[in-house]
Amino acid sequence: MAPISLEQVNKSYPNGFHAVHDFALDVAEGELMVLVGPSGCGKTTVLRMVAGLEDITSGTLTFGNRVVNDLSPRERDVAMVFQSYALYPHMTVAENIGFSLSLHKMPKAEIAAKVNEAAVILGLSEWLDRKPAQLSGGQRQRVAMGRAIVREPSVFLMDEPLSNLDAKLRVQMRAEVSRIQRRIGVATMYVTHDQVEAMTMGDRVAVMRTGRLQQVAPPQVLYDRPDNVFVAAFIGSPAMNLYRAELAEDAQTVRLGSQTLRITDEVRHSRPALVAYAGKRLVVGFRPEDLPAVDAEMPAADSQDLEGDVTLVEALGSDLLVHFTIDAARVQPEDVQEDAAGLESGELVVAGEGIARVDPRVEIQVGKRTRFRLSPSRLHFFDLESESAIW
Amino acid sequence: MIDTSVPVQQNLPRAGGHRFLATIKPPRVALNVLLLVVALLWLMPTITLAIISLRPESLYQVSGWWKILTAPSQFTFSNYSQLFSQGLAAGGLLDSLVTSLEITVPATLLVTLLSSLAAYSIVFGRWRGRTAVFLGVVGLMVVPVQVALLPVVQLYRAFGSLTGFNPYGTIEGVVIFHVAFGLPFGIFLMRNFYVGIPLDLVEAARIDGAGEVKLFRRLIVPLGMPAVASLLIFQFIWVWNDLLVALVFLGGYPHTPLTLFLYGQTRALGENYWIISTGGMISIIVPLIVFFSFQRYFVRGMLAGAVK
Repeated sequence: MAPISLEQVNKSYPNGFHAVHDFALDVAEGELMVLVGPSGCGKTTVLRMVAGLEDITSGTLTFGNRVVNDLSPRERDVAMVFQSYALYPHMTVAENIGFSLSLHKMPKAEIAAKVNEAAVILGLSEWLDRKPAQLSGGQRQRVAMGRAIVREPSVFLMDEPLSNLDAKLRVQMRAEVSRIQRRIGVATMYVTHDQVEAMTMGDRVAVMRTGRLQQVAPPQVLYDRPDNVFVAAFIGSPAMNLYRAELAEDAQTVRLGSQTLRITDEVRHSRPALVAYAGKRLVVGFRPEDLPAVDAEMPAADSQDLEGDVTLVEALGSDLLVHFTIDAARVQPEDVQEDAAGLESGELVVAGEGIARVDPRVEIQVGKRTRFRLSPSRLHFFDLESESAIW
Repeated sequence: MIDTSVPVQQNLPRAGGHRFLATIKPPRVALNVLLLVVALLWLMPTITLAIISLRPESLYQVSGWWKILTAPSQFTFSNYSQLFSQGLAAGGLLDSLVTSLEITVPATLLVTLLSSLAAYSIVFGRWRGRTAVFLGVVGLMVVPVQVALLPVVQLYRAFGSLTGFNPYGTIEGVVIFHVAFGLPFGIFLMRNFYVGIPLDLVEAARIDGAGEVKLFRRLIVPLGMPAVASLLIFQFIWVWNDLLVALVFLGGYPHTPLTLFLYGQTRALGENYWIISTGGMISIIVPLIVFFSFQRYFVRGMLAGAVK
């Protein structure tokens, strides 16, 4: 039995807003499950339902073999770190950390021992007598963590715990939170809107969109094999380049605006469903990091190269982000559905922006037509209507 | 053409000089002296009353109170010892003091406690119609005390004929009246303070394992202390200084609160200023003690550092 298991969980509000649809997810023992998605996708609502702060409209929530739908937060034995930290301002750090233990009537000496132990793990030993107002942001964050871990809960919940820290501290605390979570080894649900946090911290990542679960997978799988256009566009930074395209009748090539890209047997073999799209429109995607620029001196190769007009170059030091346009319509995950209808009637072609992540030693000039090598095996294919990946 | 540019250039340092003048602050000493004078002016009536109560009654109409320091000293505690010499006999000053406390302490504590509980439920409860109840409470704040006097007397009588205990003419009756009329403002004040407490804190405490009682006692009460302190002081002074309610509801009761006692003195003898000044001083002291003992809770920024 999984420590946390959600089955067909729904949340709808009295005003009719359906925040979470048929949500199903298991979190394994000691696993750090990250819930990620844009704001308003329902990820925090899911977390609050697990915590017992929101009622579950329908569905089943079980901790181990215990159905906890109707239990109060107190009875669920969960610990939670809030985005705002929610430290008790009138209590010292030690009292904050020990509050839950004192509520459970643990003897004072035992509380002190546990608080000290947690303080050592978190590097808070010097600050135990301070009030939260006297602490820095990072220290407050640690106190919030301490308050959660000291209880040795059966379920650990975190709601965007790092989003109030500055960028540098966030990177540092990211590693620290992961380390602490592994150390206490408790099933954890971690909500964030930051896909970098999701990728770096999650054992598995659950991507959500408008109240629906899109895909649950280890970070690398999400990156390599996104289930649909939304996941493809959401995971990865800069986002995957997605265009409307048309597969040739023989499924040997795909037409992207005025350009044609070759599709190898290998690709057709790994994606058997692709043949069914022969002669049809679909969505083609490729990641910026899969588009190395081709040296201008080299001869024009076959359909493995993609040509684009460079509009902007951003230097990151380690890489160049090269913005370019091609004459294919760019696909945004939000508008795939509506455009599918418009495409049939209007047949409008919009110049599509794209981004390539390029070696900084390659010379790129703004305004110049540039060739990027695009390996067919790096292409992603999606259904235009359903947005699902074609495998 | 050239001439016009000159005054413009001259204006620049003048503008800077003006800003410089604005930054000059009056010396701290001057400010303190000013504040001291204002404080003294404010205190003058109280000081005067105190001095009158500390001089022999016979001198009241002979010379001004400022002569207290002339030789031979006119300073005496005789007025106080005379008032206290009556002891706890009904109708005496000490008896009135006790009666006032008997009314004010329970009325204040009950209003503070009930207002806090009601406001907690209105702000953090999960029942329907909380807003409607709160708006109803706000509406009750504008009901004048006077319109309720007769209906409540009748209500007490009806209650008396039903249960055998008629609160009219008892301390309990006065306390109940004061609590009923103190609650709307109390709930209003506490509710407006509680809505400022971040919901995250309450949720964190619930997750930490606090039930409603512990949540209220260990989180809401400590955080609400500034509001509790002001409500307590307001309500104490309001009830302590009340004359009307006591006059109407304590008819036939052998003991009278201080306000009624002082009022009785003016009526009975006309010129016994020594009792009024001395009794007045005693009636000031109790609210002062209450004020100063809760003053420290008026600390601002109790919630600093809670969230973010």
